[in-house]
Amino acid sequence: MSRPRVSLPDTAEAGEIITIRALISHVMENGQRRDSSGETVPRQIIHRFTCAFNGEPVFACDLDTAIAANPYFEFTAKVPESGTFQFEWHDDDGSVYTDERTISVG
Amino acid sequence: MTQKFKTSITRRHFGALLGAGAATLAMPAYLRAQGRPRVVVVGGGPGGATAARYIAKDSNGEIDVTLIDANETFTTCFFSNLYLGDFQSFDDITHNWDQLVANHGITKITAYATGVDRAAKTVTLDNGDTVEYDRLVLSPGIDIVYDSVPGYSEEVSEIAPHAWRAGRQTQILKEKLDALEDGQHIVMVAPPNPYRCPPGPYERVSMFAHVLKRKGFENSRIYVIDPKEAFSKQALFEEGWARHYPGMVEWYGPDIHGGILNVDAKAGIVETDFDTFEGALLNIIPAQRAGAIAHEAGLTNEAGWVPIDPYTMRSQEDEEVYVLGDATVAGDMPKSGFSANSQAKVAAMNIRGDLTDANVFPARYANTCWSLIETDDGVKVGAQYQPTDEKIESVSSFISQTGESDELRKETYEESLGWYDGIIEDMFS
Repeated sequence: MSRPRVSLPDTAEAGEIITIRALISHVMENGQRRDSSGETVPRQIIHRFTCAFNGEPVFACDLDTAIAANPYFEFTAKVPESGTFQFEWHDDDGSVYTDERTISVG
Repeated sequence: MTQKFKTSITRRHFGALLGAGAATLAMPAYLRAQGRPRVVVVGGGPGGATAARYIAKDSNGEIDVTLIDANETFTTCFFSNLYLGDFQSFDDITHNWDQLVANHGITKITAYATGVDRAAKTVTLDNGDTVEYDRLVLSPGIDIVYDSVPGYSEEVSEIAPHAWRAGRQTQILKEKLDALEDGQHIVMVAPPNPYRCPPGPYERVSMFAHVLKRKGFENSRIYVIDPKEAFSKQALFEEGWARHYPGMVEWYGPDIHGGILNVDAKAGIVETDFDTFEGALLNIIPAQRAGAIAHEAGLTNEAGWVPIDPYTMRSQEDEEVYVLGDATVAGDMPKSGFSANSQAKVAAMNIRGDLTDANVFPARYANTCWSLIETDDGVKVGAQYQPTDEKIESVSSFISQTGESDELRKETYEESLGWYDGIIEDMFS
């Protein structure tokens, strides 16, 4: 259901600062809303997003219920060497959505 | 619809009893043309049809009115989204000029107007004829700037319809919408400002979602790739999408998608700087400009639209040519059928003032744009306008609020149905 999307360059110079953009399609149900029969719709949000490079943490963020649907992050990272960026989105229902992108430095 | 038709018949009978005026209209066209000032109207939509009707009706036969439109029927672009959502049939939104001709002695020429010779005061038609005018009204609507979206063209629009001019395009879009299966997605590329019907793309998204939801599709998504950072009635639409269609609509502004790189209609993909979006249905709505004849007539500015005199709707280039509706730079007024209809009445009054001894009063304009988000969930935005030396300026405005009651939203929707019947009668009866 929820699809992650990530954008970053395929290549970089050693030590270059690149921009990473990450977005996931997610309803971010805040737990306050009522459905048409008046029942409260249970909370279901992405509550944590992380980005790592070759296993080293780069960026992490806890999200709360005020975040709108389809949360989007844009941040920068310094790329010391070729490697892989790993991304994780943690859902309230226990599922973890992942994506990764390789970047070559040369 | 039935009621509207009955009213029209009543008016036609009334017209037949008019006596002197009706007798004048019964004379052969070549006799009538002798000595009477001639108004030629190009384009039979909400601007042109309204102008033709008001000039003919209110001048009691003193002015000879010719309406030129390339088509035999007119499908309204307003309410065409409601056809996509199965709230209206195609017949409901398709009309013709027969009563306008019968009731007001207007001559309808079915031909495409290809050019204007402003020095000779003639309009050239694609059938080779020329038509002389004393005053010209151009209400040509919009042209689609196909190449404003990389990979898009008129040919591609057969596969990935824009449906931003109602007619066959609308039907192609409807056929493709109805053929979708669960799990197949829709990608809409929204247009940049300024364009016809500012809330239109987002009402259309709502109607797409309405159809998918009704079919019980849980795995289909609607991706909106927008060149604008914000859009008309955004808070209302976003509230409605979250309420009625949670998780189904994903809107991407330019700071996220980073620009539209290419549309590959055969492959069903829209490439952006951010990501590639796949859809079984692509609805590509490119940039727009004034209809071709406004360019042919040399009345457009660098942006492709026609500057007008805010007090009269005269072209700023030629005081004997009036331009109406979507083709114009109408200041604070949006490009809408309601606006065109309102502008047409101002132009009609001024033309009667030009050509007869009719009184001319200060111009007043109005507009309302209604949108349907889900069954009985209607919203609106609108304003009253006055001319200034600079532009047509909004003097008071209103907009639906988030969190309104279901009753109020239903009332707003029903108001739009009443407006539709009203404007159709104002254009075509």
